[in-house]
Order: sequence, then C-alpha cells, then structure tokens
Amino acid sequence: WIRFILIQNRAGKTRLAKWYMQFDDDEKQKLIEEVHAVVTVRDAKHTNFVEFRNFKIIYRRYAGLYFCICVDVTDNNLAYLEGIHNFVEVLNEYFHNVCELDLVFNFYKVYTVVDEMFLAGEIRETSQTKVLKQLLMLQSLE
Amino acid sequence: MPAPIRLRELIRTIRTARTQAEEREMIQKECAAIRSSFREEDNTYRCRNVAKLLYMHMLGYPAHFGQLECLKLIASQKFTDKRIGYLGAMLLLDERQDVHLLMTNCIKNDLNHSTQYVQGLALCTLGCMGSSEMCRDLAGEVEKLLKTSNSYLRKKAALCAVHVIRKVPELMEMFLPATKNLLSEKNHGVLHTSVVLLTEMCERSPDMLAHFRKLVPQLVRILKNLIMSGYSPEHDVSGISDPFLQVRILRLLRILGKSDDDSSEAMNDILAQVATNTETSKNVGNAILYETVLTIMDIKSESGLRVLAINILGRFLLNNDKNIRYVALTSLLKTVQTDHNAVQRHRSTIVDCLKDLDVSIKRRAMELSFALVNGNNIRGMMKELLYFLDSCDPEFKADCASGVFLAAEKYAPSKRWHIDTIMRVLTTAGSYVRDDSVPNLIQLITNSVEMHAYTVQRLYKALLDDISQQPLVQVASWCIGEYGDLLVSGQCEEEEPIQVTEDEVLDVLEGLLVSNLSAAVTRGYSLTAIMKLSTRFSGVNRIKKVVSIYGSSIDVELQQRAVEYNALFKKYDHMRPALLERMPIMEKSASNGPTEIVQTNGETEPSVVDSKHPPPVSQPANQANDLLDLLGGNDVVPVIQTTVPTKPASAGGELLDLLGDLSLTIPPMTAYNKNGLKIDFTFERANPNPNVAVITIHASNSTEADMTDFVFQAAVPKTFQLQLLSPSSNVVPALNQGTVTQVIRVLNPQKQQLRMRIKLTYTLKGSPVQDLAEVNNFPPQSWQ
Repeated sequence: WIRFILIQNRAGKTRLAKWYMQFDDDEKQKLIEEVHAVVTVRDAKHTNFVEFRNFKIIYRRYAGLYFCICVDVTDNNLAYLEGIHNFVEVLNEYFHNVCELDLVFNFYKVYTVVDEMFLAGEIRETSQTKVLKQLLMLQSLE
Repeated sequence: MPAPIRLRELIRTIRTARTQAEEREMIQKECAAIRSSFREEDNTYRCRNVAKLLYMHMLGYPAHFGQLECLKLIASQKFTDKRIGYLGAMLLLDERQDVHLLMTNCIKNDLNHSTQYVQGLALCTLGCMGSSEMCRDLAGEVEKLLKTSNSYLRKKAALCAVHVIRKVPELMEMFLPATKNLLSEKNHGVLHTSVVLLTEMCERSPDMLAHFRKLVPQLVRILKNLIMSGYSPEHDVSGISDPFLQVRILRLLRILGKSDDDSSEAMNDILAQVATNTETSKNVGNAILYETVLTIMDIKSESGLRVLAINILGRFLLNNDKNIRYVALTSLLKTVQTDHNAVQRHRSTIVDCLKDLDVSIKRRAMELSFALVNGNNIRGMMKELLYFLDSCDPEFKADCASGVFLAAEKYAPSKRWHIDTIMRVLTTAGSYVRDDSVPNLIQLITNSVEMHAYTVQRLYKALLDDISQQPLVQVASWCIGEYGDLLVSGQCEEEEPIQVTEDEVLDVLEGLLVSNLSAAVTRGYSLTAIMKLSTRFSGVNRIKKVVSIYGSSIDVELQQRAVEYNALFKKYDHMRPALLERMPIMEKSASNGPTEIVQTNGETEPSVVDSKHPPPVSQPANQANDLLDLLGGNDVVPVIQTTVPTKPASAGGELLDLLGDLSLTIPPMTAYNKNGLKIDFTFERANPNPNVAVITIHASNSTEADMTDFVFQAAVPKTFQLQLLSPSSNVVPALNQGTVTQVIRVLNPQKQQLRMRIKLTYTLKGSPVQDLAEVNNFPPQSWQ
C-alpha cells in the first residue's frame, strides 16, 4: 500500500503532499527533502524506481514536476507507474491542460482529485470518466 | 475589520516575494490577520481563512492555531465549509494531536448524512488518518455503509475498512458478513476496492485466507470476463480493459493459491491465458504480465507454466524500456534458485545488462550473473565479470571482487587460471578487496605447489608496477618472502622467467617499508618477508642491517618484530632456518602433499623464543612458531616442539577435533620402559584420511621424584611423515600420580611397517637425563 504521494517541482517546492501513514511534522519535512534529493539527480537513463529506506519510490517527471509515490517493496512497480499516469491524465482533463500554476492556485481542488482516486493508501477509482463526473458534481456544490 | 483577502490574492501576493525574508514577512502579517479574525468567531470568512492557512502550511509554515477552526468548519452545515474543514483535518490534525479525537463525533454524524458527498468526505478522512480509537468507535458505521447499494459510497467504505483493519486488526471479523456479496458486483470500482479489501484480510489472517479460498473460481471467472469481453471505454487503458483490476485480482489469486494445490490448479488455465494473450507493446500490458509472472512463481504451478513465466521475464530483458528490464532482473533473482536451468537459458542477455547505464540494473545483473556461474560457463562468464570489475563504480567493486573469488574457488578449471584470475582482480580492484580475502588467497597459493614459481614471478612484476593496492602488496610480499629463492633462480615453467637479483628483490621489499602508501599491516608483512629471505638468499648482512634499523621504529608492531628477528640472528641463529622454513600445505580437506622442507640442523634444545603472538590471521610468519608442531620430517629428523604446554597450536587444536572419530580397536603398546619412565602408545585412525595413524603417548613416572623439563621427540623413516603436537605438560608427576600426554600423527601412504626412534630428555632430582630408543613393536593394525 501507498505510504505517501508527493508532487514536487525541480526546486524542491512541494505542490502536494498526501500522507497515508503516521509521521511527525519534522519527519515529514525530512522525507520531503530526502525524496527530492534522490529523485532530482536521476535522469532519463535511470529507471523510474528507487529504493528508499525500506520502501521504494515510483516516480515520473512531467515537465517541471515530479510525481512520486512511495510504496511497499513488494508492490508492482509497473502498475503504480500506470496509476501515476492515470492520475496525471485526470488532472490534465480537469484543469484543461494543467500546468504547475493551476496546481498552486487550486491546491485544495488537487487534494479532492487525489481523494477521489486514492484512499487509505490504495487506488480507489481508475475510470477517468467516472472521476471527472464526480469532480464536476462536487464542484457544483460549492 | 475589512474582509480578509481572498485565497487567490494571497497566493499571488506571496508569489511576488523575491526573497525568503520578504515571503516570511507577508506570511506573518497574514497569519496575524487570520488569528484576529478567528478570535472574532467570524463564520462567514472562516473557510477562506483556513484555506489560506492551509496554503501557508504547504509552504512549510506552522499553522497549528488553525486546528480548532477546522473542527468548527467540519461541524458547519455548508458543504464548502466541510470540505475545507476535512482537508484541514487531514493536513493538520494527525493522530498525535489532542484535538484529533474531537472529530470523532462529527465524523459519526457525517457518516449518516443525507448527502452522499458529505458521507464520502467523512469516509475519506477516516480512511486516511483515523486513529485506532476512532476506528474502533466508527467501525460499525463503516460496516453499514459497506452494505449500501450506493456504489460511490461502497467503494469508499471498502477502502476505509482496509484502513480500519490495518489500524485495529481485531475488527476484521466485523466486516466478514459484508464481504459475502462483494464479488458479485458489476461496478468495476466496487469490484476493485472489494478485491483490495479481501487481499488485506487474507494477508493478515490465515483463517480468512482459508475462508476465502472458495472464491477462487469466482475470481477466475471475473478475470476471464475482463480479458474476453469487448471494449469497455470507461476502464480502458491503451486497449486493455481495466488493467488495475486485473493486476489486483492476480495478486489476490497469488495469495490464495500459495501452498494450496487445488486453488493453484484452478488458476493454471487462466494464468496461461493471461500470459499469452496480453498485449506487450505498452507498459500497461507489461504490468499485467509482471503480476502474472509473480503469481505463477509463487503458487504451486505446473512446470510448463513456470517455464512460460521465465520466458516472459527473458523477453522483458530484451525490452527497450529499462523499467521493464529492472523489474525482470529483480524477479529472475528471486527465481534463480528454484528454476535454475530455465534462467540459464537467458544468461547472455543477463550478462549484457552488466553494461547498462542504470546503477540498479547493473547491480542486479551482477548478482544474477554470479548466481548463474557454473562449471561449464566459468571461463566465459569470468571474462565478462572481470571486464565489469574494471569499469564499474567503486560501490560495486568490493562485492564483485568477493563474488569473483568465490566463483573462482568453486569452479576454477585449472590452478593457473585460478591464480591468473586472482591476480587480475588484485591488480584492477585491489584496494576494494575484502580483508579476509588476503589470508584465503595466501592459503590458495600455498596449496598450489606447482604454481609457486609462476605466482611469485607475476606478483613481483605487479609490485614493480604499483604498490598502492594494499591487499595485492600484502599477498605479494608474503609470496616473495616464501618463494623468493624460486624468483631469483629464475625457474618458471609457465612463462618466460625474469632475471632478478637478490638485491633487486630486497630493494622492492625495503621500498614497501618506507613508502607512504603502505599501511602498517603491509609493513609488517614486508619486514617478515625480508626476514624469511635470510634463509633463502645468500646475502644475509643486508637483511641483518634492515632488521636492526627497525628495532627502533616508532611503530610498536614493527619494532617488536624487528627486535625478535634481531634476537633470532644473535642468540638463536641455529634455530633460524627451522623457524623460517617453507610453510606446509594448510589443511583444508586432505592432509596429503609433500611439503618442501628445508633441512633443519637437528636441534634438540626446546626453543624458548618467547615471542608473543598477535592475532594469527594477518601475520602468517609468526605462525611459524605455532606451526612448527605440524612440520613433518622427510628424513630421520627430530622434530622441535614448543614448551608452552597449556597453549596448543592453533591449528593443532582443530586437528585434535578432527581426530577421534574412527577408532579401530588397535591394542595399545608400551614403547619404552626404563628407569622409572614408562611411555605407552594408544592408537586411533584419523578420519577422513585412513593413511594417517594417530598415536597418543602417555608418559608416566614411577620414581619418587617428579620428572621436570620432560621433552619427547620422535623421528621416523623417510617414507613416513610425522607431526608432533604440544604435550599436555612437561612435568611427569612422581609415583604415577598423573601422565603427560602428547599426540603424534604419522602419515603412512605406502603402508610400510611403522618404526620410530624416540629421544627423551628430562631432569630428575636435579640432574638431566637423556635417552634414545627404538620402537619397533608397533602392532600391525597401526600401519596397515
């Protein structure tokens, strides 16, 4: 199961941090810094999987943003890679060609997207159409 | 009080800040404004304020004063308020906060709310960060929602249940009835989350596992439908219908089928089908295949299926996508033990992966390559691995070097190849070799007798090139010390002998002593090597000079050695040759093999070289004193022993353990009986070598006074070899009050009649006594 999901930019600024496991505030900060350090030094010739403490991180870079998911060592790497891509495609659809600024100004909406697709550290909904429908419903309630 | 600024404004403002300090200022100002607004209990703008607070929290600033406000928002009726409130709760209120529990009531109410979205929010929050107490309180509500017909809520409830089970495993039972109908859902989302829930339950409890085994046929059917059914646009990813669900079902099947034959059998077909029908051009397909392979390997599948799985992995290795190669190597590593032959087929691809650019791929390829080395492919593999050793990163070199040594030891096709390989490793990765490989190598070299000249020549040449790699230097100096005479005499058969003079050799060794590159241990090696050469070279004066210089060295270790060696030159010169003899073959398995023994001077005086012995591993020369006990005589040569009776030689102790297994009933005999001293021999056969007879002497004294300084020495004819171990004591107590025992090992390969000449020395009532005797009455069983 997923321990946390992070979206960071190249400079190390966190655009989203969703934790599915209990960490102290300073632990969280340390983790964020560590992940950033590990992921930004890798380039195209590296795989998308990194061993991290006693977990592993599956990450993918989209433009200037790193989408990182921290999972158990026993989880299926390739499947979570697909999960990341699924998530990014939904973001893209929802924000109409999403860019980093969209994620900054609408951070609370991004959390909603995350919560529609993931829960308790597992993938919840995989159908993009369904997720988008829900998101629009929620938006209408505001 | 003017209305607080909107979230957007705030974000925009903060982004205009050019320095960290400016940003901090803005944030502090805004926090102050928010704080006063909170104090005013303003309902209208609370939501906005908390949202701003959360943004600032994301930037890394403290926001704890907003916790209570989040609670108020959750309790509000407006959806927007609730939404931000729950978000705030998830971000700010983790389990360790006291305020956390206050949420329980709110969540409980919201779980029963009329709007499904509110219920959803509550489930989500509970599922992400609910503490154990909260979970205990609210599990009932979650269970109720699991049975509702609303699929939106059922999905969330299922995953929330997963979280509850993780936090409070005892509550698992509660969710059991609700799971009955989960798999008959048509809705993919619900199906997916249900499978996750079932997986979690099965992983945690073996009882649940047994209970759910009956679901295997149903799961197989669902999977089949997924593959066969046509295009389902909603869950389609690159042409494959709901790969996420497929992967999860495969994983659940894996858990259910493990160590259960029936379930495994039911799955065989579908696994084969998935394996062959899945489209592999995109990552998606490969993700499913990977999960399939993992499942096949874990359950009790038939061998055809396993071979199919390994072939899939082999195909992965050829894929351009490095992720897939990585994943394949990891899995192959897990299966290489069990399906060795199948993996061997892909050996060349694996070896190619050694040249990959990614570090983790290289590492796995290296581990896998070592696992695949066997007697047939050793030469080819070793070539590749040595090439890898040359070019790889330093972090790999130690592991690779150790792996090469192990593989070479197990499968070396010839001694020369073995030594060449070792040389290659030492010269390319010498400084990364592990410390324990030096003694192992030394033992290997000692035991390859016919290669001594070749080895020492090559090592010498390597030293000339480079003295910075310590393990190489240590092994080289040890060899030169041992076999320096072969080096100088230029008798190498394997390759062109080089012309080296004694002075040149000594130059090199002295160079090691003074060089800054040499570690302290290395200096010790080279000093000892120089000393050993004193018996092998003719020019002793130079050596004497060197040794005396280091008698005043600052390094305590060197100083001690030099002082002792000096003493050897001055007072115990007669003992020097014996002490510095060639090392015998170190016993590993068999104790055969002629050792090149330099003739001793026939010394009878027990040595009193009281050198202290530092830990034996890295100073083999000092073991010479211990190993004297083990030296066998080729001629009628009396054997010298130490008079340190309570400390058995290190190797001797081990030998004693080897003994005593087999004992044919060979009758004991009296070898000597004169002047009150009686010596009995008892026999045993050494296991595993039947040519070695083990004799224990028992010396007893029937006179009235103790016999002190008792020394027993023995000599045997040429065809035999003798080893004398330490005596139990050198005082034979009077009036048969006790015996002195000592063990003799006689190697008798030609099975000739055993004869022995013994010499006894002791002091009785102040006067020394010496006697010689022949022992001929060995029982025939002792040497047949």
